Amino acid sequence: MPTTFTLNGKKTTIDADPETPLLWVIRDDLKLTGTKFGCGAALCGACTVHLDGEAVRSCQIQARDVEGRDVTTIEGVTGNVAAAVRAAWIKLDVAQCGYCQSGQVMAAVGLLSQISKPTDQDIDKAMDGNICRCSTYHRIRAAIHEASTTLPG
Amino acid sequence: MVPHPIRAVLPFAIAGIAVALAAMLPVTTPATVAKAETAVVAGDLFKPIADVLRHPRCMNCHPRDDRPRQGDDRHPHLQNIVRGEDNLGFTNARCTACHRDENNKFSGVPGAPNWHLAPASMGWQGLNDSELCTTLKDQDKNGGKDVAALVKHMEDDKLVLWGWAPGGDRLPVSKPHAAFVTELKAWAAGGAPCPTAN
Amino acid sequence: MNAPRLTGIFALPGETPQASRRSFLKIAGGAGAGLVLGMAIPLRGVSTGAIAAASETLQPNPFLQVAPDNTVTVIIKHLDKGQGAATGLATLVAEELDADWSQIKTEFAPADPVKYKNFAFGVQGVGGSTGLSNSYEQYRLAGATAKAMIVAAAAKDWGVPANEITVKAGVVSHGDKRATFGDLASKAAAENVPEKPALKDSKDFVYIGKSFPRVDGKAKTTGAAKFTIDHQFDGMLIATIARPPMFGATVKSFDANEAEKIKGIVKVLQVPQGIAVLATSTWAALQAQRAIKVTWDDSKAEKRSTSDIVAAYKAKLDTPGISARKDGDVEAGFKSAAKVVEVDFEFPYLAHAPMETMDCVIKYDGKSAEIWTGSQLQTVDHGTACAVLGLKPEAVQIHTVWAGGSFGRRAIADSHYVREACEIAKSYGKPVPIKVIWTREDDIKGGYYRPIYVHRIKAGLDKDGNIVSWLHRIVGQSIIAGTPFESGMVKDGIDATSVEGASTLPYAIPNLQVELHTEKTGVPVLWWRSVGATHTAHATEHMIDILAKESGRDPVDFRLAMLAKHPRHAGVLKLAAEKAGWLSGQPPDGKMRGIAVHESFASYVANAAEVSLRDDGSVKVERVVCAIDCGIAVNPDVVIAQVEGGLGYGLGAALKGAITMKGGVVEQSNFDDYDVLRISEMPKVEVYIVPSAQPPTGVGEPGTPVVAPAVANALLAGTNVRTNVLPMNKQKYKGQS
Repeated sequence: MPTTFTLNGKKTTIDADPETPLLWVIRDDLKLTGTKFGCGAALCGACTVHLDGEAVRSCQIQARDVEGRDVTTIEGVTGNVAAAVRAAWIKLDVAQCGYCQSGQVMAAVGLLSQISKPTDQDIDKAMDGNICRCSTYHRIRAAIHEASTTLPG
Repeated sequence: MVPHPIRAVLPFAIAGIAVALAAMLPVTTPATVAKAETAVVAGDLFKPIADVLRHPRCMNCHPRDDRPRQGDDRHPHLQNIVRGEDNLGFTNARCTACHRDENNKFSGVPGAPNWHLAPASMGWQGLNDSELCTTLKDQDKNGGKDVAALVKHMEDDKLVLWGWAPGGDRLPVSKPHAAFVTELKAWAAGGAPCPTAN
Repeated sequence: MNAPRLTGIFALPGETPQASRRSFLKIAGGAGAGLVLGMAIPLRGVSTGAIAAASETLQPNPFLQVAPDNTVTVIIKHLDKGQGAATGLATLVAEELDADWSQIKTEFAPADPVKYKNFAFGVQGVGGSTGLSNSYEQYRLAGATAKAMIVAAAAKDWGVPANEITVKAGVVSHGDKRATFGDLASKAAAENVPEKPALKDSKDFVYIGKSFPRVDGKAKTTGAAKFTIDHQFDGMLIATIARPPMFGATVKSFDANEAEKIKGIVKVLQVPQGIAVLATSTWAALQAQRAIKVTWDDSKAEKRSTSDIVAAYKAKLDTPGISARKDGDVEAGFKSAAKVVEVDFEFPYLAHAPMETMDCVIKYDGKSAEIWTGSQLQTVDHGTACAVLGLKPEAVQIHTVWAGGSFGRRAIADSHYVREACEIAKSYGKPVPIKVIWTREDDIKGGYYRPIYVHRIKAGLDKDGNIVSWLHRIVGQSIIAGTPFESGMVKDGIDATSVEGASTLPYAIPNLQVELHTEKTGVPVLWWRSVGATHTAHATEHMIDILAKESGRDPVDFRLAMLAKHPRHAGVLKLAAEKAGWLSGQPPDGKMRGIAVHESFASYVANAAEVSLRDDGSVKVERVVCAIDCGIAVNPDVVIAQVEGGLGYGLGAALKGAITMKGGVVEQSNFDDYDVLRISEMPKVEVYIVPSAQPPTGVGEPGTPVVAPAVANALLAGTNVRTNVLPMNKQKYKGQS
């Protein structure tokens, strides 16, 4: 079934079974592989993308859910918050294996876009769904604070 | 303001109906009814409803704190999920980030329209039957629903109905929904009495 | 090469670089002898290993290339699964080459057991936290070689003596003459390769010992880093496998009718691993995997529950095992003791659960094959592929790519996930690329776990509270038995990985005996980050605190009194204690404090943990102070990152990690019932590195095993409850203080 939506600012039409997870639409059909598969059950956050600006798990969003909507992936996330997050991630060398980091970056951008000066408790609530098996959590937290210092209050 | 029949109906005015209903209950003798008619009957009318409301499928989304529960053992929702200001989750961890309009047959993630947490005022955990009933009926807590609206909510609301078709290996509410509705209506018809607190 | 004492992953005792060929024979022997001989053919010296140098590129050895565009490409012989191998090895080259960090690029090496062997194993692969230590001199020499050739070319070009030329941050200069490496690359390529270029004195290091950005930092924040699962080719098929529900079960029959109705399904095949489905999309392959109806033959399957296995192991605790260490006479020691304390410990199966599940991409056309995967043991995977496909080594190319974590999971003696990809490609028989992926459920249920272990430690204290006797009995499954590593790593019935950390107990105890019972199960097991230390560190270090408490002694003083001959243990212990404020008073209000120290992979780590209990009685670790002595810290920030991450990995398992089986069926399946550490549970971590001039030792693993006993010791101090069964969520601590 044809579905039309905006992907990273570009109008995109796909022809997919309506129940296909957005994750596989993005990766297999649209060849954007930055969004990762980790669990397939909304338990790990590796597949986090933004749907109309809000962080969601693309393994649970289905093709039929995105008709007419706006999807942003790690490849297309831009703006001052994304820039601040990336700069902080690089400055603090957050990534180890890096596999979860697309999802972590998308979640951090989601958080800082809504709460520009998050507390540790805010981070605990907003980022707990994003597993990092390398346990880079210590630096993820520091990098979110670091990025927040460069954003207007 | 929605009509407010509960307040309109004088508790003692329903004694006749209560007695009639009580007479249908096998263990209730006319003598006991005569002694404590309202309390016994009221408790009996609400009890089957309370049993359903206490099922994990209902209770998990009616916490008194800010953590939704999960599973038949009602453990706090993994991933540090919290209520958020609008009962729809915190930033990045919105209910709809994972829970969509229907159960995800493949992943097992449950879903229904308007997936959300009941407001804190409608927290049920740890309440006894009397408190549960009073809370349920309190329009200041239940979003201004009168008894008719409450019955309708539990009869028709898709999120409520999900409790009977929760998908995956979740236990559905054990009593058929139709039977529950019959009991609800009997309770409402009886003036929606609450068991006495003790 | 000065390889450190290694008791962990793949340490092949007595191996030297010269013995690499023999090692390969030994290790790949299981995969087929024909291949081994073929594999040995490309044996050649490092200097002739350079790819034909007709180009403009300087490539004096297999470890780097300097191109006319001024990029320096460092060839990384080890898999980088997050531990920073690419950054570390590039650092060594950049140091001796005096390159500018911005001109450094990295590429993973092809599979080649000769050129790219790990000196600690004798074949290509990484594990046991050997990545940097075994390459320390090799990669520095590679850089120094290239620098000497560049300088020689400049000297000729400018007509000046070579020793007057300086090189700094990628710029070659003499007086007012300046050139980049790129300018000189083609001329340098024509120079002789020096036999023994001089290496820098450590005081002149500009990179080693400093913190600077990882080479992969940027690509891992943009989605650009390409993992196995990200490889896509025209016409590629995606494969999943319906796998047996019990270890050892095999396919009796199957019905693919429903699966074949799914749009995109191309082929259903029976392979030794189960029923494989090939599809044009991942979504179709995932659906079909579940739609296949398989009847399994479980006659040879492991049908026990984990509780049965634990009970069987515990029964063995009463009988002596094979001795792994014997000092003095433990029985005499117990007779002389004023008090004897005996504690049994239980450790569950643990899954590694790396974020990227197992996956492998293969292109096979009947005559040759290319494989893309995050291979931790390239030589073993290469050998397996050759054997399954019936191809000569030169016909099979392995492309090592970034791996989304491993923690040991991608270092597999039986190469099972490369093997199955080859089986599928061979069975399908059409020359199309195939990507085999595992679901998370496949991963959690798929075995290769940290084995179940039970321990008993019986210790005698004299009237002054000193330990006079220590009998440590361990029961568990050998990781090494049945693998090609067995002959090298199991000695006199003792798998070193089962007892390491126990048999190497550093404390001065006059009568000490360590014994091992090696048991068999049908469950495949594997090294899990820090291997034997995952259980021995907890049993020994928690027991020490139990004894300190019995003796009424301070845990730090109690240990230090027994560590006179082990200054590096004592050093990290004191450093952690000092930084945690141990020496200056009580823990903060409402907090419990515990400390532990352990050596693994030749690095010494101490953790001091501050712990509290939540209202529901669950354990919250608030802060952990770590001290590590790992010799020279080549990149201190990477060392710190590995200790932080290793600690988190160990803590998640300590708090809630357990794989259980009921009637042989694994009860967990995903991150809901096998939950792992999340950000809200990560403590504040401080890491202190002991300054050292010793050669670098491992950092990937030693940070993992020390946190469990440190936390358990805090809980013991605060609640008087012993944590003798892991994970901690199986214990009750609340209300017992």
